[in-house]
Amino acid sequence: MRVDRPLVALVAGAAVLFVVPFLGLPAFYDSFLYLVFHWIVLATSWNILSGYSGYFSFGHGAFFGAGVYTTAVLAGKQDVPFLYTLPAAAVVAAALAVGLGAIVFRVRSVRGELFALLTLAVTFVLSTIVLNTPIDGGPGVYLSAVAIPKLAPTVSGSFYVMALVLAFATVLVARGIQRSRLGLALFAIHDDEDAAEVMGVPTYRYKLTALGVSAALAGVAGGIQAVFVSYVTANGTFNITVPLTVVLMSILGGTRHWAGPALGATAITILLYVSTAADQAVAGKAIVGAVLVMAVLLLPEGILSRFERRQARAKGTPAAIVHAMAGAASSSPHAPAELANVRHTVSNDSTKPLLSVRGAQKSFHALRALQGVDLDVFEGEILGVLGPNGSGKSTLINVISGHYRADAGTIVFAGENIARWPAHRIARAGIARTYQIPRPFAHLTVRDNVALTAIFGNAALSRDTARDTAHRWLEFTELSGLDHVRPGDLNLHETKFLELARALAARPRLLLLDEVLSGLTPTEIDEAVGLIRRIRDAGTTVVFVEHVMRAITALSDRIVVLDQGRVLAHGKAAEVMARDDVAVAYLGTAHA
Amino acid sequence: MTFPSATLLAQSALSGVFIGALYGLLGLGLGLTWGLLHIINLAHFGFAFLAAYLCYQLASVHGVDPLATLALIMPLFFVAGVALQFLLERFRVSPLNSLLATFGVTAIIEAAIQGVWTADFRKLESVYAGQKLQIGELFVPIPELMTLLVALVLSFGLWAAMRYTDLGRAMRALAADAPMAAAFGINRSAHAILLSGVCGALAGIAGVCLALGFTLTPSQIYAWIGVVFAAVMLGGLGSALGPLVAGIIIGLSEAITMAFASPSWAPIVSFTLLIVLLLLRPART
Repeated sequence: MRVDRPLVALVAGAAVLFVVPFLGLPAFYDSFLYLVFHWIVLATSWNILSGYSGYFSFGHGAFFGAGVYTTAVLAGKQDVPFLYTLPAAAVVAAALAVGLGAIVFRVRSVRGELFALLTLAVTFVLSTIVLNTPIDGGPGVYLSAVAIPKLAPTVSGSFYVMALVLAFATVLVARGIQRSRLGLALFAIHDDEDAAEVMGVPTYRYKLTALGVSAALAGVAGGIQAVFVSYVTANGTFNITVPLTVVLMSILGGTRHWAGPALGATAITILLYVSTAADQAVAGKAIVGAVLVMAVLLLPEGILSRFERRQARAKGTPAAIVHAMAGAASSSPHAPAELANVRHTVSNDSTKPLLSVRGAQKSFHALRALQGVDLDVFEGEILGVLGPNGSGKSTLINVISGHYRADAGTIVFAGENIARWPAHRIARAGIARTYQIPRPFAHLTVRDNVALTAIFGNAALSRDTARDTAHRWLEFTELSGLDHVRPGDLNLHETKFLELARALAARPRLLLLDEVLSGLTPTEIDEAVGLIRRIRDAGTTVVFVEHVMRAITALSDRIVVLDQGRVLAHGKAAEVMARDDVAVAYLGTAHA
Repeated sequence: MTFPSATLLAQSALSGVFIGALYGLLGLGLGLTWGLLHIINLAHFGFAFLAAYLCYQLASVHGVDPLATLALIMPLFFVAGVALQFLLERFRVSPLNSLLATFGVTAIIEAAIQGVWTADFRKLESVYAGQKLQIGELFVPIPELMTLLVALVLSFGLWAAMRYTDLGRAMRALAADAPMAAAFGINRSAHAILLSGVCGALAGIAGVCLALGFTLTPSQIYAWIGVVFAAVMLGGLGSALGPLVAGIIIGLSEAITMAFASPSWAPIVSFTLLIVLLLLRPART
């Protein structure tokens, strides 16, 4: 078994640091390092939602403050033992965050910027509530009488131990999340939230989970800080300093790595200490502001990611070389083992529809894209969907996959009406799709792009298995060797095949292909046609939207022609294309 | 809770309209850069406060008429807006990163203000302060009335300019689809520079109004952010009239809340309105 070196380093580092308060050093060292740990907790916990998923929260001060006041009220006014108040601080902060998130994340349009501003507003709202109610009422809360558990020889040492343990736990949580399916999903949300949802990521639940964990950790940090400073006021707690500082620390260190915020927190805490004497908070604020501006402009992805990029470039083979090699080798790809022993056996039962759409309607304001589509897709067939531009083909795919919700009608898949299901549930049930304009997750490697659907699609693999499987799907789609490349380095042909590999890795029962062939050369089209046939032969039902007639006649068992949001004709390709009304829809009326 | 008298209620409603006008005035420049340039400029608040302190300095220390300070403040903040836009354009920042970078700029401005004028409260004592019109039983303070007039004139003026001039049409075309507008020969960066300069000057004007009516302290910069953003979002991004209308609605709601409950509850009002809006009309924002 491989040694997990970062973990060993973390444990060793924490063990060494644990000794510090027992060495009898001046209290200054305990208190200074306490401050470093305090900021590591706040920055790292902030990063769990905001860094990974890209939803920048300016409300971290509110969650921190909720923890401060929970402990202040319980320990300072109700005489609850200090340590018992910390779980309560976590729960109150998490409840506040989840309550806010449940409202804010429900609104589809609340993307990054709006989320940032709303969370900032919460800080001041909470401050108002605390000031106007008996929680504080104005004068502040004294905590000097609170008994501090003796975890080290001195009081400052005890705070040191608490902060160290919390910082260690927080970094472990952040690392665990980054390496879990939750982490992968959050990174996918960062790049393209809608695509992530369609590939099976329960985006709403995952964002809420990350927000809750993030706030709970900040709440505990607040609880400890309340007793550490021993006198808390609303204005001193709910201000702009906490969000400003944690954002700066995380951006500077790197938001895409669990260790980034801890690195940034250590650097900034030391910088602030060195550059400002005790009563020059003004200069400190200006420095923080200036560093933030420079970090955003010059290092938008942080120190750590720049370092990682350089490493990856040294390790990986440049895409161009792989292209050359792939071109030289004769390609006769074999389907992964997964394709051979398919779970869903091919029945070719042409009487039983796998998918039936009845009366599907979808309008965008005045434009009626689908005006009551009826459609059956039978198990094991390849159904071609044709129609002139604007006839509703892509909208149909979007409605079936849950990208859009149909205004009316039913969509029955494998016996269940999925018309009102969220997209991730549809993906999980066994429908996968490709996008007409490929939408890969730009910051994930090619392999992780594929692994994501293997985890969240019908296949439902664990993250480790999914990585191996993803590699084999890349071989199947002739993308082997490109595992560690970023999608931005692929050419159009490869990007289209990546879309396909992603859809296949989900192990769908029904595969929806939205113009996968457009823009490819004739040779590439032939390859793709062979690939789609092999997919069907392995038992997957295929619906494909296409303009390339050659591929349609070569592949489809049946075709459906859409026109102005309605089904105009359906049947065998040759018969349908011979019909006059189909010709009119495509070519217009003859005026001769 | 006691029921306030009709006069008191009318007087509070009037002050709600006045403060709402200032929300709208601050939101005007903010919403235009957000909606048209896709830059969320938190430094707008920093600029406004810096302008307010400059106005305070010129008026109370050097005895200049507060309105005359506009002759200096408007060109100064036009340049500041242009400089900021130049910086953001140079590094091609995303909307979110523009929020972060201008957050940093605001922190620097706050520190600078605190360094020069300290964190103590400052109040401009001008010839206008304390002057009131009396209409029936209602008192209309002159500085606030001037703010309302300025906000009305600027909002309607920009609305008309956006709607009826070629320059305004070009701005709206750029906001809708910059590459397409560029293909039709519209110079994007020239328009962006002009607009951010105008918005900088608007921040300066808002700052003078701020100095006329309010006590200043550096940390107050952040207190305005939430409510002004609420006005911008309620009013619609890129709209010239929206922020003023929404600002007055928020100001009125706050004033009524203060009259019935306690003044310290006012900060909750705009946030509640915003959440209600998001829940009822999610497509709007």
